[in-house]
Amino acid sequence: MRAIRPKLRSHAREHIVTIDTDSAPRIMFYGENLMMEDLPVGTRVIYPKRPMTPVANPKAAIRYALNHPEDSPPLHAMLEPGMKVTIAVDDISMPLPIMRTPDVRQLVLEIVCEMLADHGVDDVHIIIALGLHRRMHDWEIKRMVGDKVWNEYWPDRLYNHDGCDPDGMVVLGKTPHGELVEMNKRVAESDLTIYVNLNFVPMNGGSKSMAVGLCGYESLKAHHTPKGIVESNSYMDPPKSYLTQSFKRQGSLIEKTLKVFHIETVLNNRAFDGPLSFLTKNEDDFTEADRLKYQAMKWTLDKLPFAARREIFMRTPAAYELIACYAGACEPAHDRTLAKQNEQNCVEVDGPADIMIYGIPYISPYNVNSKALNPLLVQVMALGYFYHMYRNQPVLRDGGVLIITHPCSDKFDPVHHPSYIEFFNRILTETTDAYTIEKKYQDELAYNPSYIEMYRRGNAYHGAHPCFMWYWGQRGREKVSRVIVVGADNATVPQIMGWETAGSIAEAIAMARGTMGRSAQISMMHHPPYMICDVM
Amino acid sequence: MHRSGPKYKNSAAFYDVDGTLIKINIVHAFAFYASRHASLAESARRTLQTAVSIPVFWAADKLSRKWFNEIFYRSYEGQSEDRLVVLAEELFEDVIKPNIYPRAKELIDESKRAGVRQVLISGALDFTMRPLAKYLGVDDLIANQLEFVDSYATGKLRKPFVAGATKADIMRAYSKQHGIDLAESWAYTDSFSDYPMLAVVGHPTACNPDFRLRSLARSYDWPVLELDEEPTHSASRRPQGLARAVRQLRRDT
Repeated sequence: MRAIRPKLRSHAREHIVTIDTDSAPRIMFYGENLMMEDLPVGTRVIYPKRPMTPVANPKAAIRYALNHPEDSPPLHAMLEPGMKVTIAVDDISMPLPIMRTPDVRQLVLEIVCEMLADHGVDDVHIIIALGLHRRMHDWEIKRMVGDKVWNEYWPDRLYNHDGCDPDGMVVLGKTPHGELVEMNKRVAESDLTIYVNLNFVPMNGGSKSMAVGLCGYESLKAHHTPKGIVESNSYMDPPKSYLTQSFKRQGSLIEKTLKVFHIETVLNNRAFDGPLSFLTKNEDDFTEADRLKYQAMKWTLDKLPFAARREIFMRTPAAYELIACYAGACEPAHDRTLAKQNEQNCVEVDGPADIMIYGIPYISPYNVNSKALNPLLVQVMALGYFYHMYRNQPVLRDGGVLIITHPCSDKFDPVHHPSYIEFFNRILTETTDAYTIEKKYQDELAYNPSYIEMYRRGNAYHGAHPCFMWYWGQRGREKVSRVIVVGADNATVPQIMGWETAGSIAEAIAMARGTMGRSAQISMMHHPPYMICDVM
Repeated sequence: MHRSGPKYKNSAAFYDVDGTLIKINIVHAFAFYASRHASLAESARRTLQTAVSIPVFWAADKLSRKWFNEIFYRSYEGQSEDRLVVLAEELFEDVIKPNIYPRAKELIDESKRAGVRQVLISGALDFTMRPLAKYLGVDDLIANQLEFVDSYATGKLRKPFVAGATKADIMRAYSKQHGIDLAESWAYTDSFSDYPMLAVVGHPTACNPDFRLRSLARSYDWPVLELDEEPTHSASRRPQGLARAVRQLRRDT
């Protein structure tokens, strides 16, 4: 392997590095492994901003937010003895990777539960607002909420939301656009709902919390459509996101019907620290120790079997820290959340790229503690989340070429993703057209009793979830001219997805230049931690 | 909950019973009858005889479900039809009902909500399964039938035997008769010996599968349901074995 030549490099923007003749090769994720590749001279590598300084005392910051909420009375003023309160809390699909304990949700829950007890509120349930995600395992819930809440509330008053429970869901009405709004019955019957959110990306939080976290399939399918995704430019830019507008319409109906107090938390982007901190550094600035760490890690990962590599990554939690907490009414609190989050995550970029390179990591919001990042989730990371990490205009121009690095193994977790297996092997081999899938297959998977059973009482994603994941990449699929996978360990998976394969980054770039020309602007997003490009 | 009517109109769900929906099997039912004889001495004799026969039944079952049925049902020879039918209610209340898997009824209810026709297809005897079918609210019951002459069991089964590949034939015939589309139907079983019934439907599902069926389900990417787990707890993905010990050790330190 080539040595990395250290060189300090100045740039008008710290987070942009332009590759020169003597630049170091770049590290990119390759599933549960890493790869290091030389990039052509002139390639623009976009890095995330440095982690913002956390609040000095997270518990004090949370208490301050509860007592000084946005456009709402303080939480304590809303409490009366004997009232019925439900606390809804985001599931572990965020943050990624999972954060070290204590989870920020634990901190909020402990404060809120204590406040409720102090005000004589005993009828309190805590519901994991997972929407149509999989039920969290009991040990995952325990880790997330901490021993104190767990011991007091589990299992009768702390449980997973069930969007398919015929006796546990109610309909609140329809929006002016005809979107059905279902709601968890316990929440609908509560005098007050407190939503504890962990805002990781701009599409989270706000109206989405209640409208998606506590809904059922019938109301989710109102906005989780190929059309909705295509019209979201991008879904990480809420004012231009069809999804967000639909969440807001549903959320508005919910807020009119129910009394909800929102608590939103914002984390910095310290995804890797300690021995792994080199993963977020500019490779030109590597020290000798960083190079040794990389080489040791790469050597180890190469020697280990897949399951062990995955276990290592999954058992390495991130060192995220709280940078802000806001509370109160839905939109005013969320506006402040978004502003803070953008301060951390948005980076300015001059113009879109013709060719974009993404290293696809081992994790997505839908495979935390799963056995694999299955092919559909690779797709959703590439053409969904990473593609949509922009504001103003796409960071990869329309008609551009996307290069990703991932083995694309035919691996699925049968416990967490059973309907994904059928979707990938049966439906996707019949058609890849998202609009046809929506009409012809979505309800079939949604109402499959086996999948409903696995969602309700096992730990499976809802039967229709793989359809949504396919739609999630629809805008990317329509706007990108080619997707080239580097390092795929089989030909079948890329072929089913409609992707091409290449043996190396150099080969992939040569292929991409065949479409975009020799002078094509090449960029690489140095994920994770993720960043959102403000493309000027 | 809002749901716009049944989604499946020409579909059926076929459930094996023993080991799939209930913890026990036909030997338990036979032992129940043996222990409920009028004479104490006869009860003791028949119970002992059943206990002694268990290794033979087990071996026969491993070799061929057809052989097992032939050997096993011979034990019913000479029993009166009245007695067997009357005791079936008691058998259900005392033996079968407490052994229904926690999630079995919910699976059937879920399937009914989807508009799917519900059918039990079991190698057990029809009169022992009728109270269970009624309790679960299924549409049809297909089970083995004992042959009776002058209201006394001959120890033989009426053909066709409901077992192995015959289950698949019976399902095909049933589907033809009721206008069911097998490609849009489900089959649920716990045993590799029921592979044929899984093979003829579009949605095969393994429930609490034995080792061979679990391997097969993994190979074919069939869904695997664990109906024997309590719905509120989910231990299936807890760390097991060494990983669990290491995690515990880390917690303790």
